[in-house]
Amino acid sequence: MKSKWVWIIFVLLFILHQDFWLWDDRTLVFGVMPIGLAYHAGFSIAAALLWVSAVKWAWPSDIEAWADEDATGSEA
Amino acid sequence: MTPIVVILIYLGLLLALGVVSSRFFRGTSNDFFVASRSIGPFLLLMSVFGTTMTGFALVGSSAKTYESGIGVYGLMASYSGLLHSACFFLIGIKLWAFGKKYGYVTQCQYFRARFQSNTIGYVLFPVLVVLIIPYLLVGLIAAGSAIKGLTSGVVKPDGTLLRPGMFAEYGLFESTNPVLNGAVPPWLTGIVIAGIVLVYVFLGGVRSTTWANTFQTIVFMVTGIIAFTLIAKALGGPAAASQAVVERAPESLAREGKISKLQFFSYAFIPLSVGMFPHLFQHWLTARSAKSFRLVVIAHPIFIMLVWVPCVLIGVWALGVAKMDGTPPNAVLGKMVAVLVHQPVVTGVLFAGILAAIMSSLDSQFMCLSTMFTNDVVVHAKGEDHFTDKQLLWIGRIFVIGIVAMTYAISLMKLPINVFDLGVWCFSGFGALFPIAFAAVYWKRATKAGAIAAVVATAALWLGLISYDLFVFKTDHPEEEFLLMGMMPAAALFATCLVTLVLVSLATQTPDAKTIAKFFPKSTANR
Repeated sequence: MKSKWVWIIFVLLFILHQDFWLWDDRTLVFGVMPIGLAYHAGFSIAAALLWVSAVKWAWPSDIEAWADEDATGSEA
Repeated sequence: MTPIVVILIYLGLLLALGVVSSRFFRGTSNDFFVASRSIGPFLLLMSVFGTTMTGFALVGSSAKTYESGIGVYGLMASYSGLLHSACFFLIGIKLWAFGKKYGYVTQCQYFRARFQSNTIGYVLFPVLVVLIIPYLLVGLIAAGSAIKGLTSGVVKPDGTLLRPGMFAEYGLFESTNPVLNGAVPPWLTGIVIAGIVLVYVFLGGVRSTTWANTFQTIVFMVTGIIAFTLIAKALGGPAAASQAVVERAPESLAREGKISKLQFFSYAFIPLSVGMFPHLFQHWLTARSAKSFRLVVIAHPIFIMLVWVPCVLIGVWALGVAKMDGTPPNAVLGKMVAVLVHQPVVTGVLFAGILAAIMSSLDSQFMCLSTMFTNDVVVHAKGEDHFTDKQLLWIGRIFVIGIVAMTYAISLMKLPINVFDLGVWCFSGFGALFPIAFAAVYWKRATKAGAIAAVVATAALWLGLISYDLFVFKTDHPEEEFLLMGMMPAAALFATCLVTLVLVSLATQTPDAKTIAKFFPKSTANR
């Protein structure tokens, strides 16, 4: 069930990437970073956190064992 | 001379690392092509990130921001943080598992087996090669241009020569053009860059490439941060630098009038290209285990941020500096360092970083083309048992020499088209083929007819659109991109591939039960 939430959050993040409400906003965050850039820098951190949760809750746990089982170049 | 000395020190270190790392080469074709599938998390992260980031990450990001404002970060970097890692997680891990279990070393081997079709290999192979060669050329030509720019003479606004090229006083690289007299010519940079890459790829294959990528990635990441710190200090701090932009070019601090919303959305189809890059596929196969991917997936968005945020800020801050007015976009990063920092050592470090970003992609691309020609052409034609392992290794090495020599020769030609424009089209082409990789891994119903039709339809549309863009499309604004219905052409290409794949697959025979069982095992590995 948790893995489904990972992909729901992935879709939500993709939607939030389209930050059309900030299109003509020139505010400087802390007087330094344009808000459009600050938002997307924050988005990069959110993406990293999403992948932390994906590794924790959506990891294909037995893919390792499956790949090692009877592993072969002879079929290629 | 100091910047050139710094660059030569970097190249010397890289060459030494390449030779040292080749001592760990195990002497087998499996080690040459996939490092015996033994690469751990840190080296995998650095090699995948270094291969993904080209010279565009440093030079192009600041140039594009100078042209189009801060929206460039959302357009390219934050999209990539989300979608690159999605490709690594959803496709990379699965393909690593198939590669390890069935012994694949190229994409065509996997697709041939998955679709039970030799034809898909014959159709896909030339498409992948055609898409990757311009990508190689961009690297070699960009390196030549960067060093030529660094060593060229400087002209005053009134047209008189302020100083000649860097080597004019030694009587080297003479030219009738006073600006280029004494400047390092691109052919020489090309031969040095290609030669160094050739040495370590030839000696140690993908293992040496991985080590070199790790060093190069550290160099270009540190370079961007050093340039950012020194430029911010020279401008009186980040707040003062941004305030100057508010006064001189406030429109660049937002996206209105710079990037349309549809264009912004449609850029999503470009980072999907990593799902089909042959050189990334090869790095995925080098992983020691699936767990090696964990660090790659998590750290990739953060690494992109660490490289891109400083360069985007440098690009936008350049608009607040009067001395930068009229600077060609691709020269912005170098000129900001030259105008504001005045330290030849830093200039040398910056250009070493630019070369590192370029070379960390070049080596992987040379390596993957050698692997493809060896395994998809020679071995496929003659059969696996026709060659000893030693012969396979030497066939791979001979292809490395041939591909490097051919790329270098093409880079010296006067091409009728702008190779940098071609580079963007290559990304679009790889991104458009993403549905085939995704469907092969996750959709049992995807058929060989569907995959072949999708490749052919996408390639035909790609050829039509690129011909129109390069030879017909005219605009008064050089920075204006060719769009279809307000979107990047990558969107139409992706839709063509997806629709063709689905419709033809549904209309043709399902893959046989044996193939389904082989690639869709009844276990959680197939979630």
